[in-house]
Amino acid sequence: MSGQAILETNNCTIRFGGLTAVNELNLSIQPNEIFGLIGPNGAGKTTVFNLLTGVYAPTEGVIKFLGQKVDGLKPCKISAMGMSRTFQNIRLFSSMTVLENVMTAYHVRTKQSFVDAIFRSSKHQTDEKAQRDFSLEVLEIFNLAQFANEQATSLPYGSQRRLEIARALATNPKLLLLDEPAAGMNPQESVELMHLIGSIRERFKLTVVLVEHNMKVVMGICERIQVIEYGKSISLGTPQEVKNDPKVIEAYLGAG
Amino acid sequence: MNTLLRILAWLGASIVAVTIVESILKSLKNYQIMGSDIITDYGLNIICLMGISISLAVSLQLINGYTGQFSLGHAGFMAVGGYVAAFITKSTLTGANPPDQSLLGTLPVYIFALCAGALAAAIAGLIVGIPSLRLKGDYLAIVTLGFGEIIRLVIENIEAVGGPRGYIGIPKFPKWTWLSAGGFEGTFSSLSWIFLFIIITIIVVHNIVESSFGRSLVAIRDNEIAAEAMGIDTSFYKVLAFTISAALAGFAGGLYAHLYGQLVPNTFNFVRSVEIIIMIVFGGMGSITGAVLGAIILTGLPEWLRIMAGLRSDSLPSWINKSLGYLPDLRMIIYSSLLILIMLVRPQGILGNYEFSLSKLLGKSSKNLPKTTEEKKA
Ligand SMILES: Nc1ncnc2c1ncn2[C@@H]1O[C@H](COP(=O)(O)OP(=O)(O)OP(=O)(O)O)[C@@H](O)[C@H]1O
Ligand SMILES: [Mg+2]
Repeated sequence: MSGQAILETNNCTIRFGGLTAVNELNLSIQPNEIFGLIGPNGAGKTTVFNLLTGVYAPTEGVIKFLGQKVDGLKPCKISAMGMSRTFQNIRLFSSMTVLENVMTAYHVRTKQSFVDAIFRSSKHQTDEKAQRDFSLEVLEIFNLAQFANEQATSLPYGSQRRLEIARALATNPKLLLLDEPAAGMNPQESVELMHLIGSIRERFKLTVVLVEHNMKVVMGICERIQVIEYGKSISLGTPQEVKNDPKVIEAYLGAG
Repeated sequence: MNTLLRILAWLGASIVAVTIVESILKSLKNYQIMGSDIITDYGLNIICLMGISISLAVSLQLINGYTGQFSLGHAGFMAVGGYVAAFITKSTLTGANPPDQSLLGTLPVYIFALCAGALAAAIAGLIVGIPSLRLKGDYLAIVTLGFGEIIRLVIENIEAVGGPRGYIGIPKFPKWTWLSAGGFEGTFSSLSWIFLFIIITIIVVHNIVESSFGRSLVAIRDNEIAAEAMGIDTSFYKVLAFTISAALAGFAGGLYAHLYGQLVPNTFNFVRSVEIIIMIVFGGMGSITGAVLGAIILTGLPEWLRIMAGLRSDSLPSWINKSLGYLPDLRMIIYSSLLILIMLVRPQGILGNYEFSLSKLLGKSSKNLPKTTEEKKA
């Protein structure tokens, strides 16, 4: 592999009691690539995301983001370093509007201080405007701007998934982790989503890790794919290589 | 600099407005309608109490309403603020060499004492806020309740502030006459202090809530895991909400102390905290307007009932007269049925999270947002 990896895990393991959900996993994600992480149900993909983002600390092993050890840091610290994510079970801020959801994620980059907010200083006002403008711009990209003032949870399922991506972008990430973004979308929406992921990568200079069961999407946009089963890596390569790997075929057919 | 000028202008305008309102209320005391006083001393006292309740309810909204942390310690914060402020004013103004009794002599003492009370309460809030990092819901409620009771018990054991018998002889707010022009005489006393503080509390809480920081608090309430993943330091903001809320409650406690001139530890037991929570549950969690409404209705409930009982007249059927007469005695029953009714019919409180806004009322859009689909259809 060439160059310095943006994200690396070294023999990462996590056990929940007797269950080893992730087992000595080695990941190496290169800057600016779209990397697929796939595997049968319960393989441990979401748990990998939870490890990377600091929701869980690994039982063993090291996680390095931008060359820095991040395992054991709080999720908010890791997020502030430039790693953002979406959730498999949608976690929007339910009492807020679509726009406020995105603005909330902008808070890591806020330029106003608490005192500015209380006294409505000019710094507060320019910052609020910057948040609003940026968020509307992102919503525009995701075709959600016309719903800006609507309650986030009133959107259809597919739009809520896109809103989660929009929200994650507001933290200004370098690395974006997407957990089954196409789940619940129809084929038409999935194809649109595929193009969207490609275009935001260019526009925001992102590296993307994609967990997805929709193989058309995964094979369509990922440059490299890693397959895990029972928490263990079983294959790594280009979509073509992975597709033809007998171990992968067995894992999917066996599990299916 | 610009900001400082704006603050001073706001403060000046508020003081003048508050003074005028107080003077009008007090001058109404001399008038009667249909043989009964419009406003009595008793009535003014109730208005003051409502004002203190409003500040307490609005400040509690920051923890319970917006951040979604269940705190039962508000009476404790109020007590800390009240006792600290009262101790400072009493020992300065009635001590060995008191300052001269003019406006310039005493005003700084009161302001300093109230701020010191708020600061002490903020420290208490900081300490109580820390358990909120590890506990949620009922568990947090029980721990904060415990903290509130500890504060009360500590106060009961400090002889310097009267222990369980209560702290008496606290200087009351004097009546400062300061604005006189064209036959009008403005006074500034306890009522004005309380009005002014309501304005400050509402502005502070509103400005926090309507900012990047407020969104962070609401994000914690809505989905803590997502908030943390979006880079919001949830631990920090929870403690911050506790600290600011406690500071405001402490200030309100100071006002309470100087309104009555005495403090009894028992008035700050957990029943007091529960009352404040009921006000915001009743008015609507997550709404400043709701907190104000809840505080006014519930603090004044006995008085509303008395007023209704006073509506008895010969022109009404006798059964109505009779039932109206019972109302004041049925106070507690009405209070609890009202709560049950709210929980059944409108669990989100009277106003839910609706917020009164002048610009909305006038049909002006305060924010430049693209129109929602509904607005477009209309
Ligand atoms: N907090 C936890 N405590 C105990 N077990 C857990 C926990 N989180 C995950 N697991 C277990 O770890 C395993 C991997 O779960 P995970 O959610 O990561 O799978 P997944 O690959 O995301 O599956 P899916 O495709 O269905 O989303 C499962 O057996 C799950 O039950
Ligand atoms: Mg999963």
